Amino acid sequence: MEFFWEYFFGGLTRGSIYALIALGYTMVYGIIELINFAHGEIYMIGAFTGLIVAGVLGVLGFPGLAILAIALVAAVIWAGAYGYTVEKIAYRPLRNAPRLSPLISAIGMSIFLQNYVLLAQTSDFLPFPRLIPNFGFMEPYSMVMGSSDFVIVAVSALVMVGLTLFIKYTRLGKAMRATAQNRKMAQLVGVNVDRVISATFIIGSTLAAIGGVLIASHIGQINFFIGFIAGIKAFSAAVLGGIGSIPGAVLGGLILGWTESFATGYISSDYEDVFAFALLVIILIFRPSGLLGKPPTQKV
Amino acid sequence: MHGLKKSLIISAWFMFLTFPLMVIRVNTIYKTIEWRWMNLLWVGLGAFILSFVWRYLLQRRELGRAKKGSDQTASLPLAKRLAGHRHFRVAALAILATVAVVFPLVFSTYQTNIMTSTMLYVVLGLGLNIVVGLAGLLDLGYVAFYAVGAYAYALLNYHFGLGFWTVLPVGALLGALFGLMLGFPVLRLRGDYLAIVTLGFGSIIRLVLENWNEFSKGPSGISNIARPGFFGMNFTVSESVTYLYYIMLGLVLVTILVVNRLKESRIGRAWMALREDEIACQAMGIDKMKTKLLAFALGATWAGIAGVVFAAKTTFINPASFTFLESAFILSIVVLGGMGSILGVILGAFILILLPEYMRAFSEYRMLLFGAIMVLVMVFRPQGLVKFQRRHYEVKETGESEGERPAIKEAGEQA
Repeated sequence: MEFFWEYFFGGLTRGSIYALIALGYTMVYGIIELINFAHGEIYMIGAFTGLIVAGVLGVLGFPGLAILAIALVAAVIWAGAYGYTVEKIAYRPLRNAPRLSPLISAIGMSIFLQNYVLLAQTSDFLPFPRLIPNFGFMEPYSMVMGSSDFVIVAVSALVMVGLTLFIKYTRLGKAMRATAQNRKMAQLVGVNVDRVISATFIIGSTLAAIGGVLIASHIGQINFFIGFIAGIKAFSAAVLGGIGSIPGAVLGGLILGWTESFATGYISSDYEDVFAFALLVIILIFRPSGLLGKPPTQKV
Repeated sequence: MHGLKKSLIISAWFMFLTFPLMVIRVNTIYKTIEWRWMNLLWVGLGAFILSFVWRYLLQRRELGRAKKGSDQTASLPLAKRLAGHRHFRVAALAILATVAVVFPLVFSTYQTNIMTSTMLYVVLGLGLNIVVGLAGLLDLGYVAFYAVGAYAYALLNYHFGLGFWTVLPVGALLGALFGLMLGFPVLRLRGDYLAIVTLGFGSIIRLVLENWNEFSKGPSGISNIARPGFFGMNFTVSESVTYLYYIMLGLVLVTILVVNRLKESRIGRAWMALREDEIACQAMGIDKMKTKLLAFALGATWAGIAGVVFAAKTTFINPASFTFLESAFILSIVVLGGMGSILGVILGAFILILLPEYMRAFSEYRMLLFGAIMVLVMVFRPQGLVKFQRRHYEVKETGESEGERPAIKEAGEQA
């Protein structure tokens, strides 16, 4: 029990980030029933943009909190732009193709983006500055939960609440729900489906970018490959909770975070990624529609 | 004029998009910033030109869609008409066979080696083609079976001194076994879910190989694996490269033969039916479970065989050779060549292996190009280089007399 709380809060931090990225998968899947394979790469690009902007501002001598804010905004803008472009190039021309085609083009996109960053930057692990200042949260127990953990959990929670409200009450949110339910009918009642899909990609990418900057500053280093593993894990989280369901993504992210944290803590840290994959396989075998998802209806 | 304006906007958009990553390189420890403005110029120029190509191709695609169905026979390409001639086919095959047999005697060891690895990928591609192209099951963990074959040979050779020819069938069997192991739990899954689970499976195998030191020697890998022998004869290195070339040539031939027969068989038809419509297929009385498992197991068998050859060829293996990118690479061979088509997969392997090999300048951009190819092929030519021809039978009314039986003619159809 000695390390229990440490693992618990470690899992909570991880879990919130997974949930943040998983929301992007879930939203896209809910609307076009397609896994955006390149989503992990958008997360990675968000983190890189954050690093570059923070680095430049750091050299110019900006104060710490301003750097965090500007880096976050820049990461959000660029990741959103990438999400929009990726949809336009790799998904839109394949809107009516057989299911295998967009999947393969998505994998191609993901490989392309990885190698683009590899060539434009480097394959080395780059040090990421610590953007979240240490304000002594839970001071005597800072081993258990540091200020950066606290900020990550708080920001993720805020963003998720904001997203839920957005989808529930705004015009665009309603259009999104309508499109998710029945694309053709939504079009008939005057929803601009193309625009809704673009918006979904942009919002999902933005959330991933926020997650990317926060976790990179928490861990302290990034490289071009971080998006792949994070993407798989966030996807596992989305599936675990039931893909297409927003509270499901949050629940799935937290469960995955805790599973990993406890398993690496109590069993072995060598197999960190194996636990996530194994969990994913087990869920898909026994409950393919996830914890909060509803079983898909088959169209004949 | 309108197109020009559009292209300028696109060019500006991509310059904005790539600005932070392409232009700035920052080091947060030494506090240095490197500005690379030239890159921005290249991106702008490239995007400007490519946007024209992209629009032109999109337009052509739309036109092609509109025209489809009006005239099909008239626009048969020359190559296809030539391939229809029996004499031409025999002559082409004879030339090809001669070139293949003479190749290692004429060219250097280096060239032979490249050709051997190309053929290795042909076998891998054909194996994956069974699973993805014929049965329509997107398998992203295919490289795991390749790893199983390679490690089977490496470990059996290391611990028990078993030879290449003994392990070859063992590797095939182990591959099939692992294929069943993966196939059985994922029977219910399709499409995206299947892709992700197979990806997870492949990663689990690689991570286990990387971390289970007592079993696989971890990341340092296994070295000094024996090359294949021939009744106890001693080969020099260049001789054994040639020998391996002929082994591989034989394997490719066997693979083509088997896959071709499979495609036309009852099982092959069942796979294709499963790919087209699972529910209708079940309604027709096809055992979905058996068919899917067979596809996984047979695909994995070829990967296992290829793995054994790979271990014998490089004499050193470690988990780094079996990453997801390798799977994606084999998949792009199948996709580029044309899913389901044997000739297509062979062409795809030759193009994707030989091009970067002979154009050294591009080898850095290899994976970048693969990614781009996968996207572009899916958008503009989803059937790949060689369109899969489904064999079908046409009934022709001769119309001369009522009693005459209609002639049945074999013909290809646009699948």
